[in-house]
Amino acid sequence: MDVDLLIGIFPQVLLDGITLGFMYALIALGYTMVYGVLEFINFAHSEIFILGSFVGAEVLLGLQARGAVEAWSPFLLVLVALLVGMLASGLLAAGVERVAYRPLRNAPRLIPLISAIGVSFFLQDAIRLFESLWRNAFNIVYPPMDVMNERFELTPTIDISVKSLVVIGASLLMLWGLHSLVNRTKIGKAIRAVAEDQAAASLMGINVNRMISLTFLIGGAMGGGAGVLFGVQYSLINPYTGFIPGLKAFTAAVLGGIGNIPGAMLGGLVLGILEAFGASYLSLLTGGAFGAEYKDILAFSILILILIFRPKGLLGEVVRERA
Amino acid sequence: MIKTLLDKPVPGTILVVALLGVTAWGVASYPRSIVVFMLFQASIFLLYFARMPRWLKASLTLGTLGVLMPVLGTINAYYMEIAIQVGIFVALALGLNIVVGLAGLLDLGYVAFFAVGAYSWAIFGSPQANLIFGGDFFPLSPWWFFVFLFVGVGVAAGAGILLGLPVLRLHGDYLALVTLGFGEVIRVLANNLDKPINFTNGPKGITPIGRPPIFFAPALRAIGIEPDPNVIYPLYLYALVLLIVGATVLVNRRLEDSHIGRAWEAIREDQTAAQAMGVPLVRMKLLAFACGASFAGAVGVLFSAKQIFINPESFTFMESIGVLAMIILGGMGSIPGAILGATVVTVLNLQVLKGLSLWVNELRNAGVEIFGYNLANLPTQLEPAKYERMVFGLILVLMMIFRPQGILPARRRTRELSEP
Repeated sequence: MDVDLLIGIFPQVLLDGITLGFMYALIALGYTMVYGVLEFINFAHSEIFILGSFVGAEVLLGLQARGAVEAWSPFLLVLVALLVGMLASGLLAAGVERVAYRPLRNAPRLIPLISAIGVSFFLQDAIRLFESLWRNAFNIVYPPMDVMNERFELTPTIDISVKSLVVIGASLLMLWGLHSLVNRTKIGKAIRAVAEDQAAASLMGINVNRMISLTFLIGGAMGGGAGVLFGVQYSLINPYTGFIPGLKAFTAAVLGGIGNIPGAMLGGLVLGILEAFGASYLSLLTGGAFGAEYKDILAFSILILILIFRPKGLLGEVVRERA
Repeated sequence: MIKTLLDKPVPGTILVVALLGVTAWGVASYPRSIVVFMLFQASIFLLYFARMPRWLKASLTLGTLGVLMPVLGTINAYYMEIAIQVGIFVALALGLNIVVGLAGLLDLGYVAFFAVGAYSWAIFGSPQANLIFGGDFFPLSPWWFFVFLFVGVGVAAGAGILLGLPVLRLHGDYLALVTLGFGEVIRVLANNLDKPINFTNGPKGITPIGRPPIFFAPALRAIGIEPDPNVIYPLYLYALVLLIVGATVLVNRRLEDSHIGRAWEAIREDQTAAQAMGVPLVRMKLLAFACGASFAGAVGVLFSAKQIFINPESFTFMESIGVLAMIILGGMGSIPGAILGATVVTVLNLQVLKGLSLWVNELRNAGVEIFGYNLANLPTQLEPAKYERMVFGLILVLMMIFRPQGILPARRRTRELSEP
């Protein structure tokens, strides 16, 4: 085994892991906010995330058709796509809540879970149907932007691409925005109050339904933003791409302590870094016997282990268990 | 009106027999019509609802499924295929019904047990095992298929216990997620265990998988029939599926009324209270997982023998949700519900959506014009058969909102789901 090689790629792997981790953290926020308020796993969040990615792609492709990709600064392009994608995903999440979850709010808790799985499956094919009618395509490719693929050389062995910087920068901005919203504004206070005790909050004059809609809107927007960044980073998306990242982001949320916003960020970063290391080191350490494919098993094993041994996660407090 | 008629024994029986006869005749004379075949399937269900003496009902069911269906199946081989698929899914749905419907443990990775069964026969019933053990002993002789039906049961039950042991502390949606994770792990393993040792041949899948022996061929020859494999195998597999379905229904019914079944229902209704009343939680939950899994294992063995070829694509999360949709549609915890749900969903997939796809393709190829739009311009991606997730999703959401107890709810289940 080449120890020098293992040590040599370490910083690069760490950097890749951080980029991936921010992406997971953004998606995980959607799960965690909804869980914090409703104690309910929004299974359709992966599709809300991938819808953002598709809307972003459509915006960029539409701008490309009008020649804007060459004319505008690529950062402006990504910003426009990001905002439109966030808006679309946020609205979709709020709409899904209104149609498929609100009527079931007082039902036994397996029922909204099954309904959420149904929404998730429905959305996957709805996106596929739309894209097949609109573009006669299954896979969508983000328009290439040369600047994004340029790499900064930090040292001869470590470099970072512009798009990774964009992903990290945009994620940090969004996380900071959410943090201020939840902790510094009146709306954030109201959402926290609803999460604490719905009945008491409504007695204090808070419109609980509106706050729940808003929670879905914000969580969905975060997911949509992550979707656009995902597209910028990986270029190729299809309607079923969202499922696995969604599941991993959920793992991240659980890892950090579901319902806990800093926990989601921490969980996302930890999972992203672990996965990057799994992907690069597994095949090196086992002499090629096990390849990067097994990184998915790594994430699911973490999910299973955390749920079994520390369901409250790294930062979570003990929540009362609802069966 | 039909309901009142069905409640009267004599006119009801006449009506059902007449309907069965007419639709069967219809299928025989119009073998290509999907609608007629669906009417025939519907009349089989009327048979279930009709009130008539037990022996009559049993013999009519046996006659329909054991004689009429195979005859129609030889007229149009596609119908035999559908009947076999329906049978496979009925058995799967009945197995999941034990875990979810009776014991109330939401299992989102059920198809993993199906995969375990399927791969156990696929590896040893094909030359694949030579790659693992070396030598040239495999494939095993077809007779081993029957042994593997039980091996599949055992291996899957073992996997069920293996999964059950660590997750017993969880319930509700956490349990659902862990089972989902387990299902994904099995799929990733099936996809990647082609190295360092080639167990599953990876995404390429395993083929050819051995079929059960036609042990009755000499008897057929004795009465002057030369068996044609293309005709005899579907019928033979159909008979095997019927046997497995029969066995699952029997076991399900016996379990439901046994003290084990009562214990499961007690756990489902209120775990804490059940424990306080002396129900051994650990043992009962493990038993539920093992029971449900073992059915899936047996069906998996049969599935791999029927397909001759399996790959990880057949065991995705999608399939788990499909089986879940079946028992939710039919009514959780209810045996007739699971059968109805499995039939409706399978028929929807295999007949309605595929039929629509064929129809759209014909229109597209013919270049028919509607309102000045030439259908030849329809996107090639647009194929109804590819949108089964949309249909499943819609079924799940609508059922949860409007009728969470399913079409044919179990009598005891109705009470629980209709109140918060």
